[in-house]
This record gives sequence, structure tokens and C-alpha cells, in this order.
Amino acid sequence: MASFARFIRLTLGALAFLLVISMAGPCGAQQINPTASSVKEQQLLQEFDRIQGRVSIPDQRSGILIQPAGREWREFRDLTLRWIGGITILGMLAVLIIFYLSRGMVRLESGRSGRTIVRFTSFERFVHWMTATCFIVLAISGLNITFGRPLLLPLIGHEAFSDWSQWAKYAHNFLSFPFTIGVVLIFLMWIAGNIPNKVDVDWIKRGGGLVGHDHPRAYRFNAGQKAIYWIVVIGGGLVAATGYALMFPFYLSGIEGMQLAQIVHSIVAMLFIAAMLAHIYIGTIGMEGAFEAMGSGTVDVNWAREHHALWLEEQNARTSARPQPSASAAE
Amino acid sequence: MARMKFLCDADRCIECNACVTACKNEHEVPWGINRRRVVTINDGKPGERSVSMACMHCTDAPCAAVCPVNCIYTTADGVVLHSKDLCIGCGYCFYACPFGAPQYPKVGNFGSRGKMDKCTFCAGGPEADGSKEEYEKYGANRLAEGKLPLCAEMCSTKSLLAGDGEIIAQIYKERVMKRGYGSGAWGWKTAYRETIES
Repeated sequence: MASFARFIRLTLGALAFLLVISMAGPCGAQQINPTASSVKEQQLLQEFDRIQGRVSIPDQRSGILIQPAGREWREFRDLTLRWIGGITILGMLAVLIIFYLSRGMVRLESGRSGRTIVRFTSFERFVHWMTATCFIVLAISGLNITFGRPLLLPLIGHEAFSDWSQWAKYAHNFLSFPFTIGVVLIFLMWIAGNIPNKVDVDWIKRGGGLVGHDHPRAYRFNAGQKAIYWIVVIGGGLVAATGYALMFPFYLSGIEGMQLAQIVHSIVAMLFIAAMLAHIYIGTIGMEGAFEAMGSGTVDVNWAREHHALWLEEQNARTSARPQPSASAAE
Repeated sequence: MARMKFLCDADRCIECNACVTACKNEHEVPWGINRRRVVTINDGKPGERSVSMACMHCTDAPCAAVCPVNCIYTTADGVVLHSKDLCIGCGYCFYACPFGAPQYPKVGNFGSRGKMDKCTFCAGGPEADGSKEEYEKYGANRLAEGKLPLCAEMCSTKSLLAGDGEIIAQIYKERVMKRGYGSGAWGWKTAYRETIES
């Protein structure tokens, strides 16, 4: 009898155990999946352009975990910018060479009169050349960052290229200050003569006298010079602002702002360099008598009459108001 | 040759920051520079996850592609290293990096950057393995001693895995199979253009 009771007990126990096991199975499967509600990388990247969170180290900027935008910036820096720079700068050089070969130097048609008139004061020339010198160094050191690795590095090797690039970076950083001051001074001291007016429309319609032997009239600055002025002021302002954003990392923006700043900085700089090539051309071998305006500060009166007739009239009117011994007027 | 990778199993990371500390100590990383950090996403909310992140040693590394002086290179083990002798501190690698890995000591004028510093996968730099110069510039070269990165070795929950990509992917896959869930290999798609199917 005792053995029967034991058998019953065992059977019941086994049944109960089986029941518990069979209950426990589905119970276990119903346990909450911890990742069901957890953040997921793919979902976050689809919702936002980057993933960020909280960090416990002092550098709070490192809270950005993943920012795939660097990929597009890489594409721009390695490919797009090189095309933009190559086309604008080489294109401008090609245009200038073709123009020089076909048109040649714009001559003084009436020859030199031997009498000169002050065009730029020594202060104006100082500001111009300070800005120009800085610009050339900034342009070369900047182009080195974009084109140095494919063009110069294979020629001079890693060590030499790295040393040169290091100095170029220092020069780029330090000369940005006198350059910026120069741009501000240029803006202030020549703004009066650079407001576009009706005369410019006529000047542009007549192609500025670059083709043929036309001499459209102009005040102190013609439409072409006004264009250069505004390129310097606006372009210079843009490269300065974006450049400082890169030079002082995280003062103004995060990483995406710096990517954008680099894009604006480099595109504007490439266009700026192309524009300055044209400016250098017309100020030197492109036009007879033009360089002395920024060289000695004076220009021949005949040069002034051919290229800035209205300005010459203004100046004459001003000087003839006072008694002038040599004011025997024009011939 | 192995293809070295990092994998942070976010479902195991408890944000203890031991990896960060181990890295700083092992390589005597200076103040202000963190080669590795732990980022907590959705902090304090249900489903928050912490991810330990350093240089992921990307395939076709963007930093190396944009470097103006070409000072970043990939070793035979797939580790992305750089030469501090060649680096000019321009910051370009930092603009390109998806993981915020490059760091710059603040030296000199304005906010200007010194030589870039980043995780070396405990593999030093271009100098002779285990040399004094290498240690001073890049920290310890554990890989040359046959050891794996200390951050992963130190990880108390073995959340952070470092080593041959195929092996750590296998370990992660088995974990996901066994426990039935996984929030994925963070950063793998961005760094290696692949992900671990689970």
C-alpha cells in the first residue's frame, strides 16, 4: 500500500514538474526583448544626419558619436574642389594668354604727354601692396593644401613637402590678419568711387574698350575696377570670416559648420585667385601705363584721359579752382 | 593577415569608462585628449544605449584620403596609423572623420592645432616597434607584442571587442543568437560599409 501511495506521489510530482516546465517555456519566451525599445543606429541615422549623446568626460563635443557627413565633405575636398579650382584658375590663365596673344597690350594711343597726375597716395599704395603681398602668400599656401599632395609631394618627397606645408600653414594663419586689415581699409578708403552708376552701364556695353580702340568714359574707377573692388571686399570678407571659423575651431560652430566653412572658404578663394590673375594681368602687361598708378602713384595725363576721362575732368576742375602755374589745360 | 576592427556590443556596455581610463593610462595620453570615449544615447530614457567609440580604423579611411600631406596610412593589419613628424595639424582629418577620432593638442597661437593624435589600435606609429620615440609620440605598441588593444582587454563586460574582424563578428553573432537580441554593430556600416546580420 505504501508503495502505491509512493507511486501516486511520484506520478503527481512528475506531472506537476512537467506542468511547471511547460508553463515556464512560454513564460520565458514572453520575457521583454531589451532591444525592442532600444535606440538603433540605422533608425537614428535615418532620422538625423548624425548620432549624438552624452559623455561624462569634459570634452562635451565628443558626444557626437557618428557623423557620416564627413563623407560628402571628403568628396568635395578631394574631387569637386580640384575640378572647380583647376577649371577656374587654368581657364582664367588660358583666357588671359589668348587675349594677350590676340589683342596684345592696350597701348596709350596718344602717347605719353610727359605730365603726370597723382592717382593713388602713398597710404593707398601701402594698403594695396600689403593686401596684395598677403594675398599672394595666402593663395600659394592655400593652393598647396588643395593641389600640393597630387602635384608637389611626388616631386619633393614626404619630409620636404611636410616641412614646407607646415610653414605654409603658419604663413596662412598669420598673414590672414594683415590681409583682413587690408580688406577693411580697401573697403573704407575706396568705397566712394566704387558705387555702381549709369556710366558703368555704358562702359560695360562698350566692352570696357578692351576690344578695338574704344575708350568708354569713366570716373576714378571704371566698371571693371568696381567689379574687382567688390570681389575683394565681398570675397575677402567671406574668406576672412570662414577662415577664422576654421582657425579657431569650435569657437563659432561644430564640425558641420567647419565643413561648410571650408567649402565656402575654398570655393571663394579659387574664384578670388582667378579674378586676381585678371587684375594682375591688366595692371601689368595688359595695359600700358597702368602699373605706375600703383607703382609710383602717378599716371600720365594722357593715360588718365583715355581710361578715366571723367575722373581727369574732376581733378582738373578741382585744381583749376586754385591758381595753378602749370595749368595750361589740355592741348 | 588579420583585418583588425573594433566592435562595441551596446547591449553589454555599462558605461563604466574603464576603456577610456585604460587607454589614457596605457598610452600616457595628455590632458584634453581622449582617444576613446563612451557616448550614451537617449541617456536616462528607456532603451538608452552606451557605445564606446574611438578610431574605427575604417576601410578606405576618409582621414587618409583628405590629408593634405598624406601622413595617414593603413597597415597590413588594416590599422589606420599616422606620422606625427609629417602631420601639419590642419584639422582636415577631423572634418572628414565620421567618428570624431582625430584630436589636437592646443599648442601655439589662437586655437591652432598641434600634431594630430588618435587611437592607434595599440599599434604605435611608423617608428621602430617598441622604441622610445614611438612610445612618446603614439603610446604603447601592444600589437607588436602580440597583444590586443587594452581598452577591449580591460572591458569588464566584454562589450568592447577588438581583433580580427571576422572573429569578433562571429563572437557577436553567437551572442545575438544566444540571447535573442542585439542592437547592432555601431559604426560598422559607416566604417566598413558592412554590418553584422543577426
